Amino acid sequence: MRSHAPAGRPSQLFRNLNSKIALIPMILIALVVFLGGTVWTVVYSFTNSKLLPRLKFVGLEQYERLWDAPRWIISIQNLAIYGILSLIFSLVIGFVLAALMDQKIRFENTFRTIFLYPFALSFIVTGLVWQWILNPEYGIQSIVRSLGFPGFTFDPLYNSDIVIYGILIAGLWQGTGLVMCLMLAGLRGIDEDIWKAARVDGIPMWRTYIFIIIPMMRPVFITTLVLIASGIVKVYDLVVAQTSGGPGIASEVPAKYVYDYMFQAQNLGQGFAASTMMLITVAIIIVPWAYLEFGGKKRG
Amino acid sequence: MANVSSLNTAAAGFDAVSAEVAGPRGRKPRKILSRRNIILYGLLGLAALYYLLPLYVMVVTSMKGMPEIRLGNIFSPPVEITFEPWVKAWATACTGLNCDGLSRGFWNSVRILLPSVVVSIAVASVSGYALANWRFKGADLFFSILIVGAFIPYQVMIYPIVILLRELGVYGTLTGLVIVHTIFGMPILTLLFRNYFTSLPEELFKAARIDGAGFWQIYFRIMLPMALPIFVVAMILQVTGIWNDFLFGVVFTRPDSYPMTVQLNNIVNSVQGVKEYNVNMAATLLTGAVPLIVYFISGRLFVRGIAAGAVKG
Repeated sequence: MRSHAPAGRPSQLFRNLNSKIALIPMILIALVVFLGGTVWTVVYSFTNSKLLPRLKFVGLEQYERLWDAPRWIISIQNLAIYGILSLIFSLVIGFVLAALMDQKIRFENTFRTIFLYPFALSFIVTGLVWQWILNPEYGIQSIVRSLGFPGFTFDPLYNSDIVIYGILIAGLWQGTGLVMCLMLAGLRGIDEDIWKAARVDGIPMWRTYIFIIIPMMRPVFITTLVLIASGIVKVYDLVVAQTSGGPGIASEVPAKYVYDYMFQAQNLGQGFAASTMMLITVAIIIVPWAYLEFGGKKRG
Repeated sequence: MANVSSLNTAAAGFDAVSAEVAGPRGRKPRKILSRRNIILYGLLGLAALYYLLPLYVMVVTSMKGMPEIRLGNIFSPPVEITFEPWVKAWATACTGLNCDGLSRGFWNSVRILLPSVVVSIAVASVSGYALANWRFKGADLFFSILIVGAFIPYQVMIYPIVILLRELGVYGTLTGLVIVHTIFGMPILTLLFRNYFTSLPEELFKAARIDGAGFWQIYFRIMLPMALPIFVVAMILQVTGIWNDFLFGVVFTRPDSYPMTVQLNNIVNSVQGVKEYNVNMAATLLTGAVPLIVYFISGRLFVRGIAAGAVKG
């Protein structure tokens, strides 16, 4: 704690006045936009606002309609599949890559640069590139067919059963580099002596990783998990660029549902209800984590 | 008898152990082509190939003519290198009625980027400084709300912001979008600056106070010059973040001032006309070029930026 104003000044309000003035934008953003905006949206999700927001409450009607809408159900299913697989794969791939990078290899910087560059690109660029690579007429499918497998079929973006996996491939390509970087930082944070002790005890390397290193890296894993998860809930641009939600409505996601209902279908109430559901999803992820991380100990 | 046999096995075990212990000592001579290395570099190389492939495909496709694309496969290098798709993507590709190519989106993005980066970093750095050095009661509460807000999906806050901007009369203008980027850059940037200023030695601040420097004097004369590296990190973070933004561009701008990402999506995913894949890939590369250049130039600082961005909590 630093407190620089001399004690015993008469007025509390004018203490650190410049500091308070300087923090006005931050306070406004925190209170008006983040807190106020969120509350506003939640409140209006109980109204029947259409083209314009109106305070005419209809109870849970918007939510009932939401959960009756096939498009919303598909969005949620897609988010669940995409989310779970993306979590598993990015953690596994990210960790394996980090473990490989941690073997005192040469060209470490080159490899890191290669693994991380997709992260600098936008989801739009990512989606469009993979749309092209997965194009059945010219992309991977046609190449494998021309290699002598004429029956080979791999057209995730045109097959509503597997379209979400096509998006997953692109999402993993973009995001695993970051996970690798976080994991590598975690691995570098582990004491050399632990490796030495494990080697003296004759424990094979893979067992050391699974039974010693990974449990020690728990905080890194949890932070990464929360980060990826809260990013997944927001996934929007990638789907817009790669499939625009198609074929049909097979690759819709909640964030797109919100946008379409708020700004295209002029059905604000639905948009607010859907975005409130997104908020709840994030809260389910964040609250237990925040509780574990900051609940027990007081931060001074 | 049983005793002897167990003694024997024990001795054998001991022998094995001592053989192990008496074995070659010191560092193992490393063979370059050991099995371990082949597997290690093989796996890394394979992964690198997967990550590089899309970039390669983009570059290759953008330099082919359409007839060649229809004949060949997407991985084959161009037989006849042509830069026509690039020119077309930049200058004449159509979105709706406008046929002046991506250049319009590029300049729109630049116009959005410069003020947004400057304003968001200015506001956040002053906030971080105030939070670190001039704490007052309640400041931490607002800061906590700000950090929690970083996890709230944008979709939740987007409509209230539309209303706010409309009330202020800046909805759909550049000013409005700059405000939006400043708002959503605040949590991470403020955290970045706050942590940096907290890590500076306190004596520095105290000495300046004793010499009679005030809030702004200390900020401009002492803190700002010392924080240059963190300003660079913040700039990298904001430049790539704002350039890559799509959602705010769609919601808060009008079609003739759409940023590059939005225009790119409109060009590539437009339903009318024959699809020109080479032009599409050239356009995609052009849009990705700015963050890629930032990434390749900044190198380690970029990693530091995202690491700072990652460890939000």
